[in-house]
Amino acid sequence: MNLIQFKAQYEELRKLIVDSYVWKSIFRHGYKDTARNRVLMTASNVFLHLHPSKMRRHGIKISYTWCAGGLTFLFFLILTVTGVILMFYYRPVAEYAFVDMKYLQFDVPFGMVMRNMHRWGAHGMVILVMLHMFRVFMTGSYKPPREFNWVVGVLLLVLTFLLSFTGYLLPWDQLSIWAVTVGTNMARATPLLGHEGPLAEQMQQLTGVITPRYDARSFLTAGTIVGAPTLLRFYVLHCIFIPIAAAVLMIVHFWRVRKDGGISGPL
Amino acid sequence: MTEPHKAGDKIVPASSLNPDKVHTWPHLVKVEFIIGLIALIGITVWSIVIDAPLEEPANPAKTPNPSKAPWYFLGLQEMLVYFDPWMAGVVLPSLIIVGLMVIPYIDTNPKGSGYYTFRERPFAVGTFCFGFLILWIFLIVVGVFLRGPGWNFFAPWEEWDPHKVVALTNVDLNIWIAQTFGIDFLRGKVMAALFGLGLIAAYYSTGVLYYRWKSKTSETLQKLGAVRYGIVAFLFLTMMALPIKMLLRWTLNIKYICSLPWIGLNI
Repeated sequence: MNLIQFKAQYEELRKLIVDSYVWKSIFRHGYKDTARNRVLMTASNVFLHLHPSKMRRHGIKISYTWCAGGLTFLFFLILTVTGVILMFYYRPVAEYAFVDMKYLQFDVPFGMVMRNMHRWGAHGMVILVMLHMFRVFMTGSYKPPREFNWVVGVLLLVLTFLLSFTGYLLPWDQLSIWAVTVGTNMARATPLLGHEGPLAEQMQQLTGVITPRYDARSFLTAGTIVGAPTLLRFYVLHCIFIPIAAAVLMIVHFWRVRKDGGISGPL
Repeated sequence: MTEPHKAGDKIVPASSLNPDKVHTWPHLVKVEFIIGLIALIGITVWSIVIDAPLEEPANPAKTPNPSKAPWYFLGLQEMLVYFDPWMAGVVLPSLIIVGLMVIPYIDTNPKGSGYYTFRERPFAVGTFCFGFLILWIFLIVVGVFLRGPGWNFFAPWEEWDPHKVVALTNVDLNIWIAQTFGIDFLRGKVMAALFGLGLIAAYYSTGVLYYRWKSKTSETLQKLGAVRYGIVAFLFLTMMALPIKMLLRWTLNIKYICSLPWIGLNI
């Protein structure tokens, strides 16, 4: 079989597949480089559909966006995937949590790499969110009509911190519990609601509940110290509650970018 | 601020404002793909080469010295040196979040939307950079690298000596004045409280005075209006309270400006 024959056979096979009923039910259009097809590539793809089909030229400049927002989302996806994989091996119980970390390290195939990616990715996401906020401020991109999307962004910044902070406790080593102890201890000084905060005594006399067991800190730690109940609480917050909240806000965030006229830029 | 459409206005479609557009496919998708790939390879290689930290198992009976929060909260932990926990841990972080959220609603400068500029918005960019780079990033660097046992200062090349003793001669401002100038009536509890609250009132009233002084001549202030100006001034003065308290602590060893111990309120 010479090359020409091979090419002809290949072309025949390709046509057979691409023109088939099944193929056309999945991919609604071809790959021809025409203006119409370029629009269809984004408009008919559910993932690319986050983008407009045409955009302003400066919006693709890395020097303008630093890619910080998009990379933040990519890191969120990396963290979701590696996090779910870690959930196969990890038990949020004080007796087992640390042992499971060792199990991941020594026994689970690629377990340590998954944990490393999850840990370093979390740091990366925090840095990227802060960079994204800095870029958006520097380019004045929160100005009308994007005021509300900035507010959503600030909430996402807070959720990113909270995701990272709740994840910090899960390895259940010395670094975890003492870092979280430092963090949650501040809540006991909450005015009115913390048992060591300003006006706490007066509040205690008035309501009878602002005690070390029932105050702003015990609400976070599910007890008087960072212990087993805290671990479960932070696990649920880290794996379910905050990711869902963040995902919902991200949907709003991306949708608003489109509705507010696409990526910001000089008028 | 964009004005709402008036009845006679002709609505101009956004696309005709800027004909300089490109197809998202392939121009943006290409950039996203390449940058995303680089980031993925980067985080994977990093995770293969460097292991995430894992210390000894959690031990509630053994407190490490120092106990540090996750790095992104070390700016807040640093504030604990200069403020009471209810201020450093609860009130000021909440104000940071609220302050960030209100930025688009108090920044009425229509210039500098969608491009990098310092000259057209010096106050906004200057204040944000000061808050972000100095009061957030710089304090994180201090917390990560320069703070050791007892939250004492250690140079990076210095050994962390857990027995390092730093003489704490901190006094409240009213006592410092009483000692320095021999004004004894400031030592009394009630006088001290009145003096402290008065100072704080005077500090915040500088914002009012500035408005009274400049609002007749300054076009910026007139456009801002009294309410917006009030929010800007309050947030700005509150932000500047941190460097002011840092300076007072470093130079004069002053602990609190105002102390109301009977309701647990120290500022």
